[in-house]
Amino acid sequence: MARFVQSLLDGLGQGSIYALLALGVAVIFGVMHLLNFAHGELITVSGYVAYWGFLQGFSWTILVPLIVATAVITSVLIEQVAFRWVRGASDFTLLLTSFGVHFVVEALFLMYVSASVKSFDRPGWITDTIAIGPVTIETVDLLVIAATAITLGLTVLILQRTMFGLALRAAAEDFDAARLMGVRSDRVIRGAFALAGLLAGVAAVFWLMRAGQTTPGAGLTPMLKGVLAALIGGLGSLRGAVIGGFALGIAEVLLRQWLPGAVEGLTDGFVFVLIALLFIFRPQGLITVSHAERV
Amino acid sequence: MLEVDGLTTRYGSINALRNASLDVRAGEIVGLIGPNGAGKTTLINSIAGLLTPAAGRVAFGGTDVTGWAPDRMLRAGVALVPEHRRLFTDLTVVENLRIGGVTRPAGERERLLNEMVELFPVLKEKWTTSAGYLSGGEAQQLAIARALMTDPELLMMDEPSLGLAPILVDVVFDLIARLSADGKTLLVVEQNATRMLQVADRAYVLRSGEVVATGTGNELLGREDLFDTFVGGGPGPGGVGGVGDIDGIGGVGGVGSAH
Repeated sequence: MARFVQSLLDGLGQGSIYALLALGVAVIFGVMHLLNFAHGELITVSGYVAYWGFLQGFSWTILVPLIVATAVITSVLIEQVAFRWVRGASDFTLLLTSFGVHFVVEALFLMYVSASVKSFDRPGWITDTIAIGPVTIETVDLLVIAATAITLGLTVLILQRTMFGLALRAAAEDFDAARLMGVRSDRVIRGAFALAGLLAGVAAVFWLMRAGQTTPGAGLTPMLKGVLAALIGGLGSLRGAVIGGFALGIAEVLLRQWLPGAVEGLTDGFVFVLIALLFIFRPQGLITVSHAERV
Repeated sequence: MLEVDGLTTRYGSINALRNASLDVRAGEIVGLIGPNGAGKTTLINSIAGLLTPAAGRVAFGGTDVTGWAPDRMLRAGVALVPEHRRLFTDLTVVENLRIGGVTRPAGERERLLNEMVELFPVLKEKWTTSAGYLSGGEAQQLAIARALMTDPELLMMDEPSLGLAPILVDVVFDLIARLSADGKTLLVVEQNATRMLQVADRAYVLRSGEVVATGTGNELLGREDLFDTFVGGGPGPGGVGGVGDIDGIGGVGGVGSAH
């Protein structure tokens, strides 16, 4: 039982990061129907900025806001440079463009920075644990869960209580109708990318703290997790993306624990099998979006 | 106020609208009538910026606004209650209204909200209901209220009476008259031709993508050559209204026809 609780907490910690990434993917998909395969690049770019900051001797107190700010700015910049030119194009064109951005960013770091791994010091407390009865929790897991809860709460407030959030939700449902109300597409799309960047930035902080390194291809795994979690949740549903993120994190941790040692390396493979099964029985994902079918 | 000159709009290679011209003067109610597929919606959507015209010119308040995006047209003072209403069904009634006032300063938005409550008391009862759960009549009132929240100079409506029960059709036409009395300028697409011509100062008749007739409401009501145009628009979801059309036109036509 204690072991299960522990795994659940580990899974929540892992799932928190996926949830933040997936929510960003879902926000962008909602507003411009772009399945953003470049979302992980926010972590790549943040990783290199963190590495640069580390070389300058910055402490994590400075690196944290630096990483978040980098993710927000990068997200908005990528929209300006790449996605605004294909706005309103077919979903397929958007998809390919996001693939393109993913590869271009990777290539830029390969060509102009380095192909090798760049390491930086992880925070000293990263391996600290807290024991509550028989359950041992990593401090970082608690921090991730708390930071995610705060970030998600803030996002809900933005979406529910601000005119920007209202415009975003309206545009996600019917972009043209929102424009008829005077919603500026530039602003709402830029805002969506900034919000997605903020969410990815918080995820990046913990991702990089744990990894302590970055490479040109570092964005691939977080991107896959974020996109998958958004798909699991039901693309277009923000709630679904968060649930999908947590579900993916918990499934990974539990599988890793239950699988016999010989096949433990295949955890990701088993996760994909589970996801494939989910899509066979619920092709729309966990949460059904009411207006996804509407033309 | 609004001048449309030689507007042509294509869907692919099909000219849905050919060389259409019209004008709307401040304070007028102008109707756009004609059968299904005549190009009425294409015309009004081309003005609102939902469609980009292939040729022609749209001017509003003396400014060339041809091809302007919908949000820019809205800021210029032109609002549209679009075909099928297109309410935000994930948003509540009050959120739909607020988004209508997105371009207004917060204080004015609240003032407009209060105005809408007075104008459409039924909405207040459904204030925090999701717009997807409204009845047809409530949804139509919300769609109009949402557009009024933008405080437009020119309000365009696409088929405001479509699919409504007869008593609600009356409500809509009363509202059109009332908005006009309050000084709004209105351009209304309507299949319910007789009712429209009764409230309109002037109207344009479209057929197969072209403006085929124009005149005051009474002039057009007396044109027996347009009889089938009106009847063509009569039946359909506004069924009872359709019967009214036939009676009205039939009566006038009977007087005029000597054959």
